[in-house]
Amino acid sequence: MFEAMTVLIRRDLLLALRRRSDVLTTLFFFVIVVSLFPLGIGPELDTLRLIAPGVFWVAALLASMLALEKLFAGDFEDGTLEQMLLAPEPVFVLVLGKVLAHWLITGLPLVLLSPLLGLQYDLPGETLRVMVLSLLLGTPALSLIGAIGAALTLGLRGGGVLISLLVLPLYIPVLIFGAGAVEANASGLGAAGHLYMLGAILLLALVAAPLATAAALRISAE
Amino acid sequence: MLEVIDLECIRGDRRLFSGLGFTLGPGELLHLQGHNGSGKTTLMRMLCGLIAPAAGEVRWQGENIRHARETFHRDLLYAGHKSAIKGDLTGVENLRIACRLAGITVDERHAWDALERMGLRGHEDLPARVLSQGQKKRVTLARLLLSRAPLWVLDEPFTALDRAAVAFLEDVIRRHLADGGLVVLTTHQAVSLTDEAHVKTLKLGWKREGDV
Amino acid sequence: MSSRLVNWFHFSSPATFYPLAGRLVPIFAVIAVILIAVGLYLSFFVAPTDYKQGEGYRIIFVHVPAAWMSMFIYLVMAFWAALGLIFNTRLSMMMAQALAPTGALFTFLALWTGAFWGKPMWGAWWVWDARLTSELILFFLYMGYIALQGAIDDTRRADRAGAILLLVGVVNIPIIYFSVKWWNTLHQGASVSLRGDVSMATTMLVTMLIMALGFWAYSIAVALKRVRCIILERERDAGWVGKLPEIRA
Repeated sequence: MFEAMTVLIRRDLLLALRRRSDVLTTLFFFVIVVSLFPLGIGPELDTLRLIAPGVFWVAALLASMLALEKLFAGDFEDGTLEQMLLAPEPVFVLVLGKVLAHWLITGLPLVLLSPLLGLQYDLPGETLRVMVLSLLLGTPALSLIGAIGAALTLGLRGGGVLISLLVLPLYIPVLIFGAGAVEANASGLGAAGHLYMLGAILLLALVAAPLATAAALRISAE
Repeated sequence: MLEVIDLECIRGDRRLFSGLGFTLGPGELLHLQGHNGSGKTTLMRMLCGLIAPAAGEVRWQGENIRHARETFHRDLLYAGHKSAIKGDLTGVENLRIACRLAGITVDERHAWDALERMGLRGHEDLPARVLSQGQKKRVTLARLLLSRAPLWVLDEPFTALDRAAVAFLEDVIRRHLADGGLVVLTTHQAVSLTDEAHVKTLKLGWKREGDV
Repeated sequence: MSSRLVNWFHFSSPATFYPLAGRLVPIFAVIAVILIAVGLYLSFFVAPTDYKQGEGYRIIFVHVPAAWMSMFIYLVMAFWAALGLIFNTRLSMMMAQALAPTGALFTFLALWTGAFWGKPMWGAWWVWDARLTSELILFFLYMGYIALQGAIDDTRRADRAGAILLLVGVVNIPIIYFSVKWWNTLHQGASVSLRGDVSMATTMLVTMLIMALGFWAYSIAVALKRVRCIILERERDAGWVGKLPEIRA
């Protein structure tokens, strides 16, 4: 049953490898947004340390959302989506494969780069570690939730703006617990509670979001 | 056996067809006819289960396809207008992935072989974006050579193909029917497919109901 | 039981529901006008002045029922959406669509009155209070639904895509509310509740309930009126619409 899923993951990774610019666009967007804040706010490290969790998480949110538009669009245009819907596997399994590949391409690089950017904000080592951990738990949840919005707006005029309107409100819990974890650590409180909540959200998203996405894809592909 | 019972389709505000019914048994071919916009593609997508009918049902081996989705899709091969081909992948990669999605594992040698028989010798490992329209169509249709699905639903399979390829495809379809397969297709070209006894035609758009 | 079921499905056909809705609209409109008038009278002239908050507190008689309605209408929409997806009934999707602007209106009203109330109480138009923030997010959810409906031309797709969005939203609302509350307590922001004191005077409670019922009747009247328009728009080619006296005239 998971064979078709692994095929899709490998195919998407191969496609990303042949067209690296797509991966780099999201990553650079993240880097630029994070680097813009000190220019807008001022270089005082005390202030920067204070706003770092929020800045990183909002930037991750926007970067993840930016990449969503491409999640199903290519497959929709060239007809692969139809073939996915006609595959003898449950569609939500294929959706899970697509989202996982999407996260590996757009989410994981951002997580890996974040400690480096954290140094720009003078974050201590322990806080950096919590930040990576929170992003590692949170960004897959963002991809999963965002996939619902991407599936609902497939092929619509102005899809990109519409996705943000649909998806950003649903991202709020992830933002709160993600940024909260980093902040709790920075201010000396334990981040464990926040991280558990993030983990719970990820689990819930893992179970429910692919089902909703599969239903939405069926509707959009009619 | 494919049974269509009292099918109705409404797209937007327009009723494309209603009360449509036919049956198709092993070895039979259904040729859908109708002018542009008469609902041929919509009907085919409905037969595949991509579009839910407004009323009526489609049955495969006696079961509504909405209830036995996975078995039905294992038995179905659908080739629509959209090629389902990725420009950045080679012909062989495209073919193998398409087959794996459909539930068949094809090794590299068989994929090369199928593409060669489709007349793509020398183009198997070029990225698909450099192929011509007709060559892309051949990559899509190479699935027919590897598929084990009894029911083929082919939307305009002959467009963009040259005469040799059309003849080859006709032959493939004929053999599939001889093996007890079922084919539903649309085409605007005059093609000689099989002996008349096994060809049914369904005309859409001329009258409100089209019964075979 | 079964005959009742059949009866319900009878009314789920737009052709039979249209005239029924037409008869119900004026009834609920009258109820709404009476209840809201009584409620406003009670809230301005009968309810006692609050010893701490002065006269300004009276805005809660609009604010609290509006906030209740904003949440309740979203739930009702999700209920219709689920029904529409399960039974494939067009009318329930139309009901969800017809309720959306009213829900958004009440959410906006709750935010607006919240800001009005906040200025004299806290000295700021906007305070990141957990309730107000959740209400703001609810407003975003309504806007997302309306925008999605507007972006899709095919009514069938619009209905079903909107329904999925509503169901996803309804699963998320408790999570959002909980997370915002958590966030709010951690930051020790303004956590003053608009509900007033726990020992609310009976007259205040009664007034609030009357206002809530008035808003309820208003919502029903407006939603039915709107659903009639949607039915006409979607069924304009159906035979029964052409036979309606208001269409023929």
